Amino acid sequence: MQHKIWRPLGLLSPALSAVFLLLVVPVCFVVVYSFWLRAPTGADIPAFQFGNYAKFFEDFFYPSILIRTIRVALETTVICVLMGYIPAYFFYKTETKHKSFLLLLVMLPFWISFIIRTMSWVNILGDTGLFNHLLIKFGILDSPLALLYNEGSVILGLVQYLLPFMILNVYVSLEGIDKSLTEAATSLGCTEWQAFKEVTLPLSLPGLSAGCLLVFVLTAGTYLSPMILGGPGNDMIANLIFKRVIGTLDWPFGSAISVILLGILSIIVFTYNRYLGIAQIFKSMQ
Amino acid sequence: MKKITGWSLIRLYTIFVYVFMFAPIVAVILLSFNPEQFGSFPMKGFSFKWYIKLAQNHDILMAFKNSLILGSLTAVVVTVIGILAAIAFIRYEFPGKNALNTLLLAPIMIPEVILGVALLLFIRWLQQPKSFLLLLIGHVVITLPFVLLVVQARLVGIKREYEEAALSLGASPIQTFKEITLPLLTPAILAGMLFAFTISFDDVTATLFWSTASMQTVPVKIFGMLRNSVSPEINALGTVMLVLTISTPLLAGYLVRKFSRET
Repeated sequence: MQHKIWRPLGLLSPALSAVFLLLVVPVCFVVVYSFWLRAPTGADIPAFQFGNYAKFFEDFFYPSILIRTIRVALETTVICVLMGYIPAYFFYKTETKHKSFLLLLVMLPFWISFIIRTMSWVNILGDTGLFNHLLIKFGILDSPLALLYNEGSVILGLVQYLLPFMILNVYVSLEGIDKSLTEAATSLGCTEWQAFKEVTLPLSLPGLSAGCLLVFVLTAGTYLSPMILGGPGNDMIANLIFKRVIGTLDWPFGSAISVILLGILSIIVFTYNRYLGIAQIFKSMQ
Repeated sequence: MKKITGWSLIRLYTIFVYVFMFAPIVAVILLSFNPEQFGSFPMKGFSFKWYIKLAQNHDILMAFKNSLILGSLTAVVVTVIGILAAIAFIRYEFPGKNALNTLLLAPIMIPEVILGVALLLFIRWLQQPKSFLLLLIGHVVITLPFVLLVVQARLVGIKREYEEAALSLGASPIQTFKEITLPLLTPAILAGMLFAFTISFDDVTATLFWSTASMQTVPVKIFGMLRNSVSPEINALGTVMLVLTISTPLLAGYLVRKFSRET
């Protein structure tokens, strides 16, 4: 019996030690560092005090970035639901023989660089971008609209990046529904809409909520989109961390902000896992 | 009649979502061929000018070399680690299996900024300089959960009976692995490697923390170039990356299919 346990553990040991040494231990270091002091000379002094956290909540500047991060994450999630559910439903219901090709297209963006997808919006929304070019050409506008470098363009870029995650999560959930259930509902007198509302929609909720969690968490940690598509006032929490750590080399404060972000996301993920189970999320990625 | 209208609306909406997802990417490809200095619409002709300029840019060629080496090494290392772990999860029963699986998949949910800070802080505490090795181990941590997911999914589909049949017919365990398990695993190995390569090749956020001025990858280079504005040269570079990261899996998929048909 003993060797039966040792063999899988042996196979697992490289992966476990990699994750333990390169992730678990470093994250513990971040937590420890968040209590340290920073000397005026820039040196880090080991300590146990909550000054870095107090500094974060000292005035409204840092919390407002946190609130903005959560707001952008919520807005992105809602838009992804609105834009993602119907295409997923289309894939579930469609009888076209091109279905697998269309699904492949949805997965295609996973293979396209995130930075390319993000910066591609500059070509569309910029002062000389496609949108303004067309509006001016057809005489609707005289001067270009400022469409870039605001919260809207940041969200737009994020939605384009995260939409495939949402569509696939919902689709996996829909695909698991026995089609005879809706047939039964309609044959018992439900309209198509009622059958959808009473049968299909509730049964697709696991996928929908998994998609929401994934979109929210990925948005809340995003660094690139505000950098490329946002203006000076659109920084999110990840941008703040980068500025403190790489910009001003304030490791203790940067660590404290990281712990705050990680703490909030952990609470959300653990709550989700407690009531809905995290396994659903990994299903769609296979 | 009403049913048809509803369905056509759904179809129209789906088409709209596709346009939303792909129009900006099509614009990148189109504008990369625009000879104008400021890469914007309208197109003023068609030229490979920016591609030629790109091919003469030493910094970008170096970044490409770095990205290719980093991506390939990451792919090899992470696939070996990932396959061993996947075999443990799929082929064996042991206490704490689900918890360990969740632990190994957890990095997917951790923001890259935090992975970046944490590993960099750890390296700093060890008083090691930023190096290629830091990028490599960092990319291994980032890609491991994705590779594990893909390989596990493939491994579930390989029946245990094949291996047992070979063993009962007198093959040694090593022969069985070489003749039965490994060929059956090949698609999973390739898929895992490709996935790891693409993620490593595309990664920006964490790589920004770990890279140095002399050790930059292509996306980090693009990020630096974006400080000015989107130039046709970036569009050209984006198109090259796009072709590379999309054609590799398609080509590999084709080769695997051809390979498996012949044997």
